[in-house]
Amino acid sequence: MKTLGLSLCALATVCVATSVRADTLADVKQRGYLKCGVSQGLPGFSTADKEGHWFGIDVDLCRAIAAAVLGDQSKVKYTPLSAKERFTALQSGEIDVLSRNTSYTLQRDASMGIDFAGVIYYDGQGFMLHKKLGVTSAAQLINASICINLGTTTELNVADFFRSQKIKYKLVTFEKNDEVVAAYDAGRCDVISSDQSGLYADRTKLKHPEDHVVLPEKISKEPLGPAVRHGDNRWGDIVRWTLFTMLEGEELEVGMNTMEAAEKSEKPAVRRIMGAEGELGKNLGLAPDFAKKILSQVGNYGEVFERNLGQSSPLKIDRGLNNLWSKGGLHYAMPFR
Amino acid sequence: MSVVNAKIGAKQSLLQKSINAVLLLILAGLLFPVFKWAIIDAQWAGTDRCTGDGACWVFIKLRLMTFMFGFYETEELWRPSLVLALWAIAIATLFRSTYSRGLKILPAVIVLLPLLSWGLLDGRWFGLPHVETTRWGGLLLSLMITLMGLSLAFPLGLLLALGRMSDLPLIKAGSVAFVELWRGVPLIAVLFMSSVMLPLVLPPGTELDKLIRVLVGVALFTSAYLAEVIRAGLRGVPSGQAEAAAALGLMGWQRLFLVVLPQALRSVIPSLVNSFISLFKDTSLVMIVGMFDLLGTVQQANTDPYWLGYSTEGYLFAGLVYWAMCFTLSRFSMKLEQAR
Repeated sequence: MKTLGLSLCALATVCVATSVRADTLADVKQRGYLKCGVSQGLPGFSTADKEGHWFGIDVDLCRAIAAAVLGDQSKVKYTPLSAKERFTALQSGEIDVLSRNTSYTLQRDASMGIDFAGVIYYDGQGFMLHKKLGVTSAAQLINASICINLGTTTELNVADFFRSQKIKYKLVTFEKNDEVVAAYDAGRCDVISSDQSGLYADRTKLKHPEDHVVLPEKISKEPLGPAVRHGDNRWGDIVRWTLFTMLEGEELEVGMNTMEAAEKSEKPAVRRIMGAEGELGKNLGLAPDFAKKILSQVGNYGEVFERNLGQSSPLKIDRGLNNLWSKGGLHYAMPFR
Repeated sequence: MSVVNAKIGAKQSLLQKSINAVLLLILAGLLFPVFKWAIIDAQWAGTDRCTGDGACWVFIKLRLMTFMFGFYETEELWRPSLVLALWAIAIATLFRSTYSRGLKILPAVIVLLPLLSWGLLDGRWFGLPHVETTRWGGLLLSLMITLMGLSLAFPLGLLLALGRMSDLPLIKAGSVAFVELWRGVPLIAVLFMSSVMLPLVLPPGTELDKLIRVLVGVALFTSAYLAEVIRAGLRGVPSGQAEAAAALGLMGWQRLFLVVLPQALRSVIPSLVNSFISLFKDTSLVMIVGMFDLLGTVQQANTDPYWLGYSTEGYLFAGLVYWAMCFTLSRFSMKLEQAR
């Protein structure tokens, strides 16, 4: 059995090497739709409504890529993937791009046969507590009892953080996330700790969501980004610049809601991104107005964020690190020239 | 003497009654909060998030079609409904007809119905709009994997059982090796292999539908178990039966299909239904390869940002559906055994 497993593995690796598509762009254009790997359901990132339409920030990136490459944001086929099969699905060509809340790490980038094409959401572990406690920083959490999921990196991060701060704390652990939320809501602990995007989702499950606040501090780094197959640099460029287009759009205030004004604009930067000047699209092997299609059909990063995660969504996540660099965040699009 | 006995009996029954009453009260006390949550305080009407403390059945009501059929095209829902109806009719006919007639219908059911179901659901064979397998889901998917998997596995299992009892060493060794290999791996590993390893091994460019890969995996896995069940039945038939058939001048295959096999299968009906039920419940494992069966659609619905926090209702509903299906099946099999 062991030898069989080993030989299958060897066989698989050989085939990985041969099955990598050299030209995803040509494949997608020929096929006429984009194959996008998403999660099996994560609030705000990728989830399906009751008609089966996918929505979320990860889904919007897929739509943006389809708009850039095919000129139509609706030409996407979504493949829900479990955490375990996501990388194989990308390697085997089952999907063209993995847009599935995946943390950008050295090991994954270097040894999984995939390349990350940027960061769409800067996540990290944080804390949520009741407003009445008046706590504004995690350093004030002295002798606090903390509800968390059992045996995850969450537990490790909390231990590391409080040890480095030399603060005493008490852990209350549970098997399931819903139990953690229920225990916190019932007042069995003062604080709840998890990835911040998850905390905002948990907040909507509480009896009085408006009474609770997520502290701005992050005690771990979880940069979530899209990934493509290693070795197809042209396709990687397209995904990377699709993301940059959404960020640049926000910076230039060009988006779904401001399309009319943008079309009349005389600003050189706006004219370039709208495809009225220069040859930006040609360099990527795309239509000259690829960026305009992204911004008019899907919207810029700010619009996408607000719709899926921000104040116009049930999650009401603060921009924080996910703001533009010019507004105190980390998102920075490389120059469009 | 009898009077004393009667008195003791009366005392005992009085004691028993009071114990029963107390237990009943305790049970009612324990169950009342559940009843209050699920029925009295529950919210049934509306289209928005619930506000009360009770269960929010609105969530289930709005998502019911997803739980039943996954993301199958709404205008085409008559197709999965028809498929499920056909299976229900076929299974009911099988269980209602006499044993020997049922045995004659069975081959038609396990060959024709899976093909017909696939054709109707997929659509392309009949010139209907194509619905991709990724949109099949919910209870429909659970049932399709179970029924199609069993239909594929049954003939294979039969062959394996016969092979294992064969006198030809190569066939016997092959069957034993196959059965032991597939029984030796957990279903979850089979699913992983079919969804994660197989695409890497297939030549580049070939795309085998994920559902087909899963179906083949499930069928091979189940066939090993069915083979052992059927073999047990075959061994249970006294050798005198085959000898008597031979004495009547029946050929080898006639002895098997007309005399031995009918008796063998009859004796293993409970075990076959058992395999059916366990496979039906095991289908929830397909969630780990990114397919949305009944449980998967419930979990998926729980991640809708507009409907967060109703996982209890969702899981309760899924549990009830699973229980109802399995209970019906076991009732059916009990009737079948009595109707010998």
